[in-house]
Amino acid sequence: MTTLKNIGYLVQKELRHYFASPIAYVVLTGWALLAGFFFYLHLGDFLQRSMMSAMQGRYFKSSINDWVIAGSISSMGVVGLFCVPMMTMRLLAEEKRQGTIELLATSPITDLEIVLGKFFGALALYGVMILSGFANLAWLWIYAEKGAGPDWRPLLTGALGLLLLGASFIAIGVFVSSTTRNQIIAGTVTFFVLLLMWLISFVDVLGGGGVVTQALSYLSLFDHLRDLVRGVIDLKDVVFYLSVIVFGLFLARQSMESHRWRA
Amino acid sequence: MIEVENLTKRYGRNTAVDGISFHVKKGEILGFLGPNGAGKTTTMRVLTCYLSPTEGTARVAGFDVFEQPLEVKRRIGYIPETPPLYPDMDVVTYLDFVAKIKGVAKQQRAQKIGDAVEKTRVGDVRTKLIGRLSKGYRQRVGLAAAILNNPEVLILDEPTAGLDPKQILETRELIKNLGGEHTVVLSTHILPEVSMTCGRVVIINRGKVVAEGTPDALMHRLRGTAALRIEVLGDARAVSDVLRSVPGVRAVTPKPADAGAGVFEIESESGRDVRVELARAVVQKGFGLQGLSQVGMSLEEIFLHLTTTDVAVSDKTEATQ
Repeated sequence: MTTLKNIGYLVQKELRHYFASPIAYVVLTGWALLAGFFFYLHLGDFLQRSMMSAMQGRYFKSSINDWVIAGSISSMGVVGLFCVPMMTMRLLAEEKRQGTIELLATSPITDLEIVLGKFFGALALYGVMILSGFANLAWLWIYAEKGAGPDWRPLLTGALGLLLLGASFIAIGVFVSSTTRNQIIAGTVTFFVLLLMWLISFVDVLGGGGVVTQALSYLSLFDHLRDLVRGVIDLKDVVFYLSVIVFGLFLARQSMESHRWRA
Repeated sequence: MIEVENLTKRYGRNTAVDGISFHVKKGEILGFLGPNGAGKTTTMRVLTCYLSPTEGTARVAGFDVFEQPLEVKRRIGYIPETPPLYPDMDVVTYLDFVAKIKGVAKQQRAQKIGDAVEKTRVGDVRTKLIGRLSKGYRQRVGLAAAILNNPEVLILDEPTAGLDPKQILETRELIKNLGGEHTVVLSTHILPEVSMTCGRVVIINRGKVVAEGTPDALMHRLRGTAALRIEVLGDARAVSDVLRSVPGVRAVTPKPADAGAGVFEIESESGRDVRVELARAVVQKGFGLQGLSQVGMSLEEIFLHLTTTDVAVSDKTEATQ
């Protein structure tokens, strides 16, 4: 109970920091522009292709769900990859530089509560981003004939997937931020780590499907989004994301703890 | 209230605190004195559970800092050297956040914040951003945060550093008033501060306790080794030889002779008064004795003495305890 309360106080504080500084506005604006742009691209692409196949008298196989919704959500994941380092870089690094970590570490709250407060604080902002990104998709229903809108279920699983993906990014970001007092270093390292975890999904394009390439592509954070954006909840994917989140937060907590020994 | 036994803290090969022990009674104000890098901050950080001890134990209000850190943290208020403030928060928002994470109940929050604001006199800046406050106000906001939950123990790391003289006086007054109700440990390298505010002093150097006692007792204890000041007319070298030959004299240091005559400072063996012998020797050898006086050691000198000379003094002070 006190744990939940303490985490709540820390989340409040993080959100205040985000919105009292330009970070939240910069990230939200950039996100909204890019998410909108990607939606426009996917929708335009879909319209053009279906028009072309209609002209050629063929039936266009891909549905609006596969093409526009899945595409837009996946793209939002990529945009998130660029936004999250900016959101997480200062979380613990700044507390250390300012010395305020001493306030947190000597108050009657645990390291885990501090780490979780940071994590959920960033996740809350990310949640706002997802909602604003999904607002674009509402057009698909607004312009659909009555009762003939696209299947809405992939929207929910897609949102879940995007949330899990972002939470994994954030957990990694919180850990990296806990290892340094320099925000720029924290942001840059987080960005490279996330980029690498995206790029390893392209490994199986090169390598002929050996054990190593399979293992590597399993580690890719994006591969596990593929089914979720199509409306399929595979336990394997959910478990994968949850393990990344728990592992990242565990490392962050250990890193906090280790400062009591090194300082 | 605070019991430190054999506390050691090492960073890699570097030993910051080396087996120190001391106790602080309830309501006492303990001054923690030492040059920079002596291990004051490290000791305080162990007491506040910010660092874990390498060896030894520290207990606050009966709770071990390593075994039950949450219980200890509930009972302490702490200001590090630089107050841990968020520059983008205003004062009240900051204090409200601190009250929350310190577990002050919702119904009491407003009142406790009001009390702390009043005690530390930060009322006129309560809606200002902390980043815009002067150093003195920041220090006081830090103090307000530390006393918010009315902690049994207050740990203040150089609470007057960087303040102007008026603020220093006010802060000292405040700390004095906090004693009695709270147990206070404060570190400083400003010596008058210690004799003015603290009931007891622990002097540490290079991670070891070199002396402990009330400011008065410390001065008294070291008076035996304190210096005599003697002014003699005559050839400086010859005079100094004569002075050195007097039994009981440990050291003779010629002082810059701005007074005209040769001025020497004489350190005698502990507890031995050599004034009569000195005077006799000087006169017998035919030099002109112009003055002879006892130089009491100020706290500054005790401090310098203890922190620049080594083992001999610390052994002796331990023996007299």
